[in-house]
Amino acid sequence: MTPAALVPLVVLLPLLGAASTLILGRHRRAQMAVSTSVLTAVAAIAAMLLVEVDRSGTGVAVTVGAWPAPYGIVLVVDRLSAIMIIISALMLLGVLVYAVGQGVADRHRETPVSIFHPSYLILSAGVFNAFIAGDLFNLYVGFEILLSASYVLLTLGGTGERIRAGVTYIIVSLVSSLFFLSAIALIYGATGTANIAQLSVRLAELPQDVQLMLHLLLLTAFGIKAAVFPLSFWLPDSYPTAPAPVTAVFAGLLTKVGVYAIIRTETVLFAENDVTTLLMVIGGLTMLIGILGALTQADIKRLLSFTLVSHIGYMIFGIALSSVLGLAATIYYVVHHITVQTTLFLTTGLIERFGGATSINRLAGLLAASPLLAILFFIPALNLGGIPPFSGFLGKVGLFIAGAEVAGGTDAAGAIGPGSSAPTWLVWAVIAAGAATSLITLYALTRFWNMAFWRGRDELEGYESVLLSSVQEAPDGGVVTATRTTPWLMVSATTGLVVLTVLLTVFAGPLFDLAGRAAENLRDPAVYVSLVFPGGVE
Amino acid sequence: MTASLTLVLLMAVLFGSGVAVMLERSLTRVLIGFLLVGNGVNLLIYLMSGTPGLAPILGEGVDESAISDPLPQAFILTAIVINLGITAFMLALIYRSWWLAQLGAKGDLVDDEAELVEDAEEAADLIRSSAADDRAVQEIIDASDEEYSEGRRS
Repeated sequence: MTPAALVPLVVLLPLLGAASTLILGRHRRAQMAVSTSVLTAVAAIAAMLLVEVDRSGTGVAVTVGAWPAPYGIVLVVDRLSAIMIIISALMLLGVLVYAVGQGVADRHRETPVSIFHPSYLILSAGVFNAFIAGDLFNLYVGFEILLSASYVLLTLGGTGERIRAGVTYIIVSLVSSLFFLSAIALIYGATGTANIAQLSVRLAELPQDVQLMLHLLLLTAFGIKAAVFPLSFWLPDSYPTAPAPVTAVFAGLLTKVGVYAIIRTETVLFAENDVTTLLMVIGGLTMLIGILGALTQADIKRLLSFTLVSHIGYMIFGIALSSVLGLAATIYYVVHHITVQTTLFLTTGLIERFGGATSINRLAGLLAASPLLAILFFIPALNLGGIPPFSGFLGKVGLFIAGAEVAGGTDAAGAIGPGSSAPTWLVWAVIAAGAATSLITLYALTRFWNMAFWRGRDELEGYESVLLSSVQEAPDGGVVTATRTTPWLMVSATTGLVVLTVLLTVFAGPLFDLAGRAAENLRDPAVYVSLVFPGGVE
Repeated sequence: MTASLTLVLLMAVLFGSGVAVMLERSLTRVLIGFLLVGNGVNLLIYLMSGTPGLAPILGEGVDESAISDPLPQAFILTAIVINLGITAFMLALIYRSWWLAQLGAKGDLVDDEAELVEDAEEAADLIRSSAADDRAVQEIIDASDEEYSEGRRS
């Protein structure tokens, strides 16, 4: 089978899987078998694609239904797409195993299985479709597929709380979709095409002010999805109420699809239109304001939601640098963050079951009670906080070095097109903000560690500490649930993902090289264009 | 490229009124606002297709320069289908949130395992009473239908 034949399967398999799990609604085991095998197959296909794409040096472009490029839909897999697909497939698989474990233990009270599996697979199809879309409208369709499925997953069970949280999320997503669709309409009006490769050429011919308007409209739409400050307000209110596996997969993947779209916008679509200064400021603000929000949260799920917003800022900073090293570090950081953030949310789910609460004010003595749980929390927490030698540290150092090179004017790695135009002092300021954010993340997570794991169970009554003087409970008072069993399937899924985060550290060298090669292709939009139009664009 | 002024004005009205309605607190109005803006965006896509022409069907003797641009029409069709799906989901969500508002915190117990039997009973009563209401309304309708048909016969 040629690699071109494999590309559509990435979307097709999950969709077929969703249909069959819907039919198999009453056969729980069959559903599980279908979902796991579909996601395993996609992960295997993604691995083959990654090897093939990396070997060919550019990528694979498929014209669906053999309609030629500007008229038909093109699916494009380059190194970035392949990396994103494989890490997403692994995450989705890990979370699925966890969800199955939870469902079995709770007899499906939180995750009614007949709806969960089809929605989950449709969500996967949408995510993969967004990653391989070579057409702006197809990207929109990918977003809509994953959003529709996410509406269902977020309001699973239809309890009052989830409906409230879901309404915020759904309305914000609808508005961002309307922005995106309007942007597509205007871009089509200006250029007469929605093909990304063709747009790369035609948008550059437009006057700068027209480009700027279209560019900002697209960035607004993607900024809402990626939860970039000031468009991040919706995230901490809507994610924490969902079931643990759903929150984990949303936190890990959905915002990163927005980040992926921003990378494409900046590198292929509007390479000639410079908004790097704006992105740099937004990146810095996202980091700082997100993490300051995290500091005051007593509830670990809300705390993690705020760190999620905050760490999106690092990726925006890397994109704003628009140097090869900056983009390479961004790609590595995206992969690291998908894994670590997902894992932390899964561990939180275990803590909630084991400790019976998610609030820092109610948890204590977990280290003595379950050393394994402590390890599962400790490793990703240090990783997110950027402690060497973990991948979080490596990603941040990569970003800071890239920033220093851009600020010092030594970015000589074959830059094509205008690099970052941000003033030098601003780059240094954002690097400082990044370092501060890293430390504050570490503070927030170690505070939780101290209280929940190190504090003795007997100290909980009337405990007073300066650390807890400024934290606030979740608006709904923090749901107290009774302690429940933690089935081995959930624990082993989480352990598997923790091992994956460690592997990202161990194999950081080859991964960073791969990200570097992906970034070199991104830095030169002509590579993408010649992939879709080998004979040149009309 | 020429555009119809009427359509531009209509689009502006749809956008304006849609955003105004969307800012209301009631969920149903938000949905209506979304539908208005969504249709405004569809009109925007249509306007971007340039000068309208013949139906875009190629055949013998059809001048390619005289037909409309078919691609925006395909975009609009896709967007309409997506909006329809979202609307259906939103309606279900609105119904559920209305249901929860009627019952308060007890609403959650209707479908889940009933931990508090009394609350579940109360919820079940409410369902039965609304079913009784439906029947009563239906009887009135049926009665008026009968009166109407009798009136015609006599």
